[in-house]
Amino acid sequence: MELPEEYLRNFVEEYAAVTGRGIIHHLEQLAKPLKGIKVVHVNSSREGGGVSEILQKLVPFQQALGLDARWEVMTGDAPFYQCTKSIHNALQGSSIDISEDLLDDYRRANRENAERLGTLLEEADFVFIHDPQPAALIEHFPLRRGKWVWRCHIDVSHPHKPVWKFLQNWVARYDASIFSLPEFAQPLPHPLYIIPPGIDPLSEKNRDLPAEEVAGIIPLFGLDPNLPVVLQVSRFDRFKDPLGVIEAYRLARKLTPLQLVLAGGSAGDDPEGEAVLAEVRRHVEEDPHIHVLLLPPSAHRTINALQRAADIVLQKSLREGFGLTVAEAMWKGKPVIGGDTGGIRLQVVDHYTGFLVRTPDGAALRIRYLLHRRDRLSEMGERARRFTLENYLLTRHLREYLALMVSLVHGSRGRIEVAG
Amino acid sequence: MENATPVAKGPFVVKDCDLITQATGIRASNLKEFRDGLSRAPVESVYHHFWGRLMRPQFDEPEYNNDFASWTMRGLNDKVLAERLSMVVPSDFEDLEDLRREILEVLDQRSSDSDLLPWAGGEQKFFFLQSQIVIFDTGLTFDHPLDMASYLPSFSTGSIFFHFIDARGRTEHRRDDFSLWLRGFGEEFRPLARMLTGIDPYFSSLKEIRKLVTQTFQHYFEERP
Repeated sequence: MELPEEYLRNFVEEYAAVTGRGIIHHLEQLAKPLKGIKVVHVNSSREGGGVSEILQKLVPFQQALGLDARWEVMTGDAPFYQCTKSIHNALQGSSIDISEDLLDDYRRANRENAERLGTLLEEADFVFIHDPQPAALIEHFPLRRGKWVWRCHIDVSHPHKPVWKFLQNWVARYDASIFSLPEFAQPLPHPLYIIPPGIDPLSEKNRDLPAEEVAGIIPLFGLDPNLPVVLQVSRFDRFKDPLGVIEAYRLARKLTPLQLVLAGGSAGDDPEGEAVLAEVRRHVEEDPHIHVLLLPPSAHRTINALQRAADIVLQKSLREGFGLTVAEAMWKGKPVIGGDTGGIRLQVVDHYTGFLVRTPDGAALRIRYLLHRRDRLSEMGERARRFTLENYLLTRHLREYLALMVSLVHGSRGRIEVAG
Repeated sequence: MENATPVAKGPFVVKDCDLITQATGIRASNLKEFRDGLSRAPVESVYHHFWGRLMRPQFDEPEYNNDFASWTMRGLNDKVLAERLSMVVPSDFEDLEDLRREILEVLDQRSSDSDLLPWAGGEQKFFFLQSQIVIFDTGLTFDHPLDMASYLPSFSTGSIFFHFIDARGRTEHRRDDFSLWLRGFGEEFRPLARMLTGIDPYFSSLKEIRKLVTQTFQHYFEERP
């Protein structure tokens, strides 16, 4: 969808107010040689999950910089999503064998979407395919004229080999891949770019909120106003280790009064969430100080208020591609206790912007420490905000996409000088 | 007398840059693999691990000033090697291949010191990366150093990287662009050029380097008779 010019101008000015004009000027200069090029992003979900949140702002921003950017979403039926969820889990290391029938559903959905998106993808100068769901689209475009880039948002450092081999059939045909961390990059016969994602400081989930709205979240969900809030925001997904979080809370609570909020949504492409949620609810039993909140995909403002109302934010993932919720919490000045894995390590600088932990015991220890040492909690929170401002906002993510496009246009030379 | 001041060769054209990082697919878990990886990695990888780190998120001032030294300390717990690698100064070498040869020599020397082969833990592998540098115009030019002085705090970190760091690998005397430009004015700004050359870029973030360069310009013009 093409957005009005005035809207796009104001859009950019709003970011300038947060990041400073210099960052915007830098983006404008970098985008100059890319003006007018046709860019299409394809993923599998319009709402819910980190990828759609990124695209909701990345695409208009590219438009505002003069690129002819579009965002298309794959359609699919329940077996397709069941298959892609299994692929997702297998790529993150689970030993899952996927039936041939389901793999056929994957191929079929990609074929049908290729027919629907035909000319648009064939004529694009750049096609960014996000994650495994639409990866097989490339097979149906032998006459593609642009550069096709596979953007992998998940941790594929230890993929289940048969599933990676299945996907590799298509991924190897791309002109380049993007991974969030060097550890995730798999051997492929094309350039492997390393680009961590970033959060949008002006989204409903991250923009400043009035103090009364933040305070109002406590009674809204029946939280105890006299107890500190420890929060984890994530899908109900085993890799996010919700049961480990509950264990950490129980260990910490033996010595430190607190309450735990597990706030999760479900994404349209995640059929496993309900089973994990049921397991979490069984584990909570009747503890009145654990609040399990199932929020709709549109509850961005609620999540924003919860993160701001929290004293500490956890992201105790066992595997994590990047962990946008970490940057979100840090942007709100919260220290994060995160699993010592994947992209969490890039954001949580141990003992500076939070703590990296490997066990529920480790998480419990750090919760107790931060609730006891409020001075350190504030200090780490302030550093976390500054670190996110400088490194993990959407503007930095966009800058690297632009540099990548320039790089692909100019080939593999080590130094590329763009004409002014 | 004004006419006696030699004119610089041209205005200072401010450029900006971005580094785009690529994986090389080469990784190492011990010193032997590390040496082998370094010898076959693209030479751009040496650039990335010496200088590219400045363009990446970093929080505090780094303990060691290149990725190779940091990893041998953090991953292999080899302080001796980390210290030796930290004292390799890239601008001492004609080109990146020479620099690579020097690092390999340091590694070989360390290997001959001991038969032990320390291993990095499972998640502490070294990943050889490489960078492409994308350079573009900012539209800014300066004819006189005094004009530049007031504008320096607004330089992007990419501009500082390009003119103060990257310049050391592409200029004849391995100097930064600022001091080279100042020398073009003849004797008038030579003291300022010397002060800039004295800034050690190995232990500071780009923001800190920008601050140091700015302060150097400002002090010079404040104290000039």
